[in-house]
Amino acid sequence: MLGLIKTFKNLGDRTPLGLKQLKHDPMRLLTAIAGITFADILIFMQLGFADALYKSNTQYSRAIQADLVILSTQAKNFNQLRTFPRRRLWQAQDIPGVASAEPLYLGSVQWRNPETRQKTSMLVIGQNPNRPALDLPEVNQQLDAIRLPNTVLFDQASRGTYQEMIDQIKAGETVTTEIGRRTVTVTGLFTVGASFADDGALITSDQSFLRLFPRQEAGAVTMGLINLEPGTDPEQARIDLAARLPDDVQVLTKQGYVEFELNDIQSESPVGFVFGLGSVMGFIVGVVIVYQVLSTDVNSHLGEYATFRAMGYRNSYLLGIVVEEAIILSVLGFVPGLVIALGAYQLTAAATALPLAMPASRAITVLALTFVMCGASGAIATRRLQAADPADIF
Amino acid sequence: MVHSPSIVVHQLDHHFGSGNLKKQVLFDINLEISAGEIVIMTGPSGSGKTTLLTLIGGLRSAQTGSLKVVGHEITGASENDLVNARRNNGYIFQAHNLHGSLTALENVQMGLEVHGNLSKPERHRMANAMLTQVGLEDRVNYYPADLSGGQKQRVAIARALVSRPKIVLADEPTAALDKKSGRDVVDIMHDLAKQQGCTILLVTHDNRILDIADRIVYMEDGRLSKQPELVESAQ
Repeated sequence: MLGLIKTFKNLGDRTPLGLKQLKHDPMRLLTAIAGITFADILIFMQLGFADALYKSNTQYSRAIQADLVILSTQAKNFNQLRTFPRRRLWQAQDIPGVASAEPLYLGSVQWRNPETRQKTSMLVIGQNPNRPALDLPEVNQQLDAIRLPNTVLFDQASRGTYQEMIDQIKAGETVTTEIGRRTVTVTGLFTVGASFADDGALITSDQSFLRLFPRQEAGAVTMGLINLEPGTDPEQARIDLAARLPDDVQVLTKQGYVEFELNDIQSESPVGFVFGLGSVMGFIVGVVIVYQVLSTDVNSHLGEYATFRAMGYRNSYLLGIVVEEAIILSVLGFVPGLVIALGAYQLTAAATALPLAMPASRAITVLALTFVMCGASGAIATRRLQAADPADIF
Repeated sequence: MVHSPSIVVHQLDHHFGSGNLKKQVLFDINLEISAGEIVIMTGPSGSGKTTLLTLIGGLRSAQTGSLKVVGHEITGASENDLVNARRNNGYIFQAHNLHGSLTALENVQMGLEVHGNLSKPERHRMANAMLTQVGLEDRVNYYPADLSGGQKQRVAIARALVSRPKIVLADEPTAALDKKSGRDVVDIMHDLAKQQGCTILLVTHDNRILDIADRIVYMEDGRLSKQPELVESAQ
């Protein structure tokens, strides 16, 4: 502890050589800062997109209002959940602790944008209008409206041009459009946001859903939502249910279901890998640029460093100079990187309706990555210090 | 005290390279320099003068023979001991080797910081006083690029002497300077050394400065000898 205090005291007492060297060559300093800023923006954008992918593809999974979820054993992810026989839900109701078991239908349709008349892909959710299935207060207040056949609620954060239609609905009017050969009426709005797979979402009743998907049997449901009686342990109930129900379904807790979705994106989808690779590329670009700058700096000061060694400075002192430069560069490069990335997030979010935000944890992660990036480059650059042989300068 | 030896070299040999390429560059060097003495070593290029200087300064490790600098045996010393030994010496190089990103004052302070026992204000005060002694009190905040060759060499002398080393090792300190600046530089070295009582070992080809020496030694082909006419010309 005393040693640590002494080290800090010495640090404050020493000549800040790294800082002075960087300040002495403003062009080199600017190059290095620009390189780190660029690398940080790249990493921020990749992490932001990856996070938007995870978030947008799990926003409905997270909103599911149930203690347990029943899925087909063949379910892959939210867009490919397959179906299972509705009888499984009735069987589930027999099990002690289960209060209710409701079906939820999910599907993708081409719908005609009422403004542009263009067809786009929409997610359709069919739920029992008597009981909230999603933790979306806007939807749950309007459940009565979707009791009417062929009536849907529309996600106003969908990707595309819908402003006129949204204004009309807000003014209390209804809008009609086509799905397949059917005419549907949009009576209300809610807000979730687009995903990579669908441009937006519609919520309707289970009955209307089956009309929109004539090929789907009522007996084939996408998801079962189980609510438990108060005081029942969800994990125990999950085990009981899984033991009682046949092998064509799987039972997950709500948290387990979200993890199931995330796991699928992270391991199965190439998109998760692509963004991960993008972040790594950004990191490597940063390392290369900072290495170039630091090793040029070490090279151009070799004679001076050799002189310091002749005067009795240790190699660790010279290492300290490079580390100091690395830390200064990290901070100076990170700050503009963060600011520019925040602006780029806003632009992207406005253009794509994807949920892009900057949580503090990501800023801290990238700052830590920047330190690692500059530290690694510094460590490679210090190998050149071995060339600072004091015997060569006489 | 004046007669206690500061540097004692005894039967020192030195080789460069290894195997078939091994080449002996120093042969049976014996040299004793008393504390406070100013010794000039001269001789043709490639005779091994600089090698001997780097051995005495602890910049190379000595291989065989005995080499005692202010009482410490350098032959066979560890890297750590060598680093500590270097801190007792002041160096003045042919090129000034000042740090381009530091002002004259900061460069001189680097000569004190290495000892790690002085606070920043103390270092600042001592470096300032030292620069005044070499006549650069109005140039303390100049960067090396803005100083003339003679001024830079004077800063280098200030850096070498600010920590009051027992030994100053200089290699061709006047080589890059004109006659007047060169004269000024050696005069300053001479005066400060006498004032601080430090020993100077100076390697040079420059005949114009031989008069500051208490003694001149001559090296040729890795062997020390006395060269009569040079010794005479100095007296």
